[in-house]
Amino acid sequence: MLRFSLYKTLAILLTCFFGAYLTLPNFLTREQIKAANGVFSIVPTGTIVLGLDLQGGAYVAFEVDKADLVKKEIETLRDDVRRILREAKVSISGGVGMQARGVQVRIPDDADRAKILPKLRELAQPILSGASSQPSMIVAEAGDKLVQLSLTDPGIEDKIRNAVDKARQVFEKRINPDGTLEASVQRQGSDRILVQAPGMTAEEIERRVGGIAKLEFKMVADPGANPAEVETLPSKDGGGQITVERRVLVQGEDLTGADSGFDQRTGEAVINFRFNQKGASQFARVTSDNIGKPFAIVLDGNVISAPVIRSAITGGQGQISGNFTLESATNLATQLRFGALPAKFTVVERRSVGAGLGQDAVEAGKLAALVATVLVVAFTIASYGILGTIAVIALIVNVVLIFGLMSLLHATLTLPGIAGIVLTVGVAVDSNVLVYERVREEQRLGRSAVAALDAGFSRAFATIMDANITTFIAGLVLFVMGSGTVKGFAVTLCLGIVTTVFTAFTLTRLITAWWYRWSKPKTILA
Amino acid sequence: MKLLRIVPDDTKYPFMKWRRWSFPFSALISVISVVAFFTLGMNVGIDFRGGSLFEMQAKSGKADIAAIRAQVAGLNIGGAEIQAFGTDADVLVQVELQPDGEIGQKRVVDLMHSTFDKDFEIRRTETVGPRVSGELVRDGTIGVLLALVAITIYLWFRFEWEFAVGAMIATMHDLVLTIGFYAIARLHFDQTSIAAILTIVGYSLNDTVVIYDRIREMMRKYKRMSIGEMMDIAVNATLSRSVVTHVTVLLALIGLVIFGGEVIRGFSLAMLFGVVVGTYSSVFIAAPILIYLGVKVADVKTETVEPPARAKGASAAKAV
Repeated sequence: MLRFSLYKTLAILLTCFFGAYLTLPNFLTREQIKAANGVFSIVPTGTIVLGLDLQGGAYVAFEVDKADLVKKEIETLRDDVRRILREAKVSISGGVGMQARGVQVRIPDDADRAKILPKLRELAQPILSGASSQPSMIVAEAGDKLVQLSLTDPGIEDKIRNAVDKARQVFEKRINPDGTLEASVQRQGSDRILVQAPGMTAEEIERRVGGIAKLEFKMVADPGANPAEVETLPSKDGGGQITVERRVLVQGEDLTGADSGFDQRTGEAVINFRFNQKGASQFARVTSDNIGKPFAIVLDGNVISAPVIRSAITGGQGQISGNFTLESATNLATQLRFGALPAKFTVVERRSVGAGLGQDAVEAGKLAALVATVLVVAFTIASYGILGTIAVIALIVNVVLIFGLMSLLHATLTLPGIAGIVLTVGVAVDSNVLVYERVREEQRLGRSAVAALDAGFSRAFATIMDANITTFIAGLVLFVMGSGTVKGFAVTLCLGIVTTVFTAFTLTRLITAWWYRWSKPKTILA
Repeated sequence: MKLLRIVPDDTKYPFMKWRRWSFPFSALISVISVVAFFTLGMNVGIDFRGGSLFEMQAKSGKADIAAIRAQVAGLNIGGAEIQAFGTDADVLVQVELQPDGEIGQKRVVDLMHSTFDKDFEIRRTETVGPRVSGELVRDGTIGVLLALVAITIYLWFRFEWEFAVGAMIATMHDLVLTIGFYAIARLHFDQTSIAAILTIVGYSLNDTVVIYDRIREMMRKYKRMSIGEMMDIAVNATLSRSVVTHVTVLLALIGLVIFGGEVIRGFSLAMLFGVVVGTYSSVFIAAPILIYLGVKVADVKTETVEPPARAKGASAAKAV
């Protein structure tokens, strides 16, 4: 038990040094690492990531508004059905009716109905789930000359997944348009998007993400217009409501660029935009036909301004004004530039921590760790003397290995994570205590010092494993089920157990063996 | 150097006899915990019931809690809890879930900023919606149950079933008492509490396992001894280790409680309580309960007996 081959000794020492080496990048700046890795990559690049609770920042969870998404899908479906019926010249009685999960239409003529059904069925797409595939929609006759098209559950789930995937990309660009921030935008589950951004507040993230950002240009309706062709929208420009034509003249998809700027005459923050070819020619035609009339700029169903057309705008460029601040103009320009969201999203969870509080937490964590370590070290050495000192060396290596592994894994250190490390400091000594107390007992039973050491290490082995595995299981479950900063606790708790068991069976034994051979004590721990 | 010895050699405390006192005592405090849980209830944080939370620091260096209470009451945002948070300047405000969902939560955030930004720095903001809080409750419950099941299965493989059952009874005892502690101490019960509970479960079992390992070893060695006697010897033999280990863990936790900051104080306090309870239950519940579960010396498989330590040690030394 106390004899180590040279290879084993080297392997143990190398592992410890490698662990220490892995922590290196945490002490260097990025430039220093880059400079050192000029020709060969000799310095590892993984660093420990400070959690948002320690460096300050925000975490916001957005959830897709399913009802809104389904409603939009059904509207699209209605338009598709109308188009198909129109193209096939099939006459219907009444309109295409919208229902909770789909649409229905009454086709009085039996031959027409039989002819159109296969075409409508083409709207359904197969949704693959594992090996089986299910249709996204069911098209069926519902009796009384009715045809019903209803979305299936897999169909709706697929729409949600696609919408969230697309929205995630849009989110990423809106949050981080220049790609210079360390923000992370992840999809969580099937219907959520999680944004984490150091140095930002939750409000800032929300303002950057904004709404759907669907931009439409419509004419303001004449007083005598056909009521079926107009709609009344709330106005953000001076309050009240404005009645506009339903027909969309140009829309946000036809934009090629949008930037914030200042109006040269009023000094007000505005958004400058450019249309693509199609949008530009359409805009030119509309504006030249309607000089002197007002048109409405509609954003997500709200009129943001309704200027009067003074002259034909033929250059494909324009300006939107509407009580913007520079920040809101910049955010909206970014949102318009990267396109609209496929659905509405609402915030379901937000947590932000100021940088000052994070700094305080780091200081508190450091102080707690320092005090705990000093107390534990003093007590261990007082209880076990030289062997206690060996336990303390193992403890220090242990903590270094935890940091090394965390750097390697790019793990996040949170305040509960620091608590996990402090706890490891308290518990790691246990494996040594188990061994030392056993050594004492064996000695009392009349064994020689070396035999007692042997027995102590070998008998404590199973116990150390059993005792640590129970906590490891608890930590693992916490890692899988826990969220946020609690996950950081699970990480340090589990890594702490791994390194504790490793040092107990290798380094502690190795140093104990060296010490024994060097001092040849008659009795141990007397 | 004279080494520090808290527990002398060869103690002979009659732990098994003391079960006449420890079992009723544990039953009593378990009942108190359950009663506290149902009457006082848990001080559930926003993680599990939804709502919003604000940690703010007075710019003047001294926060007037009564004035803040009056201001928050004037905002018409329903029930709010206002408490001092560490220093004189720091205050924690928790506002209940708003009836109109996210729009209301957002309104609370805006109102808090417009009301307090002048005199306070709002250092931490959290809002949790009803669906997320429901999921956190679900995940927390599943997590604790899953951990208990996984650990029971592990113990069942490693030991005889009586040991697994005994360990679980002791663990449930610790869980009930910890819940009672949360209820009586009015500590916020949130996500970190789940972490505390799972860690307490882990460490409580750690202790139980160490004692059980020794009991089993004794059972293999001394086939004639009565079970009670054997357990007394086993518990006494591991007593020094239990005490030393718990002193080190407690020292570490005391560092956390005093210096770790307000955010994790509840977590550290619960852990401190749990570690003490866990040690108590390992000695006074987990070990003696084996007698009631009918563990007999004959139950322990003899074929797995390890060779004498010396021989094993020698062979291991040769092997490397």
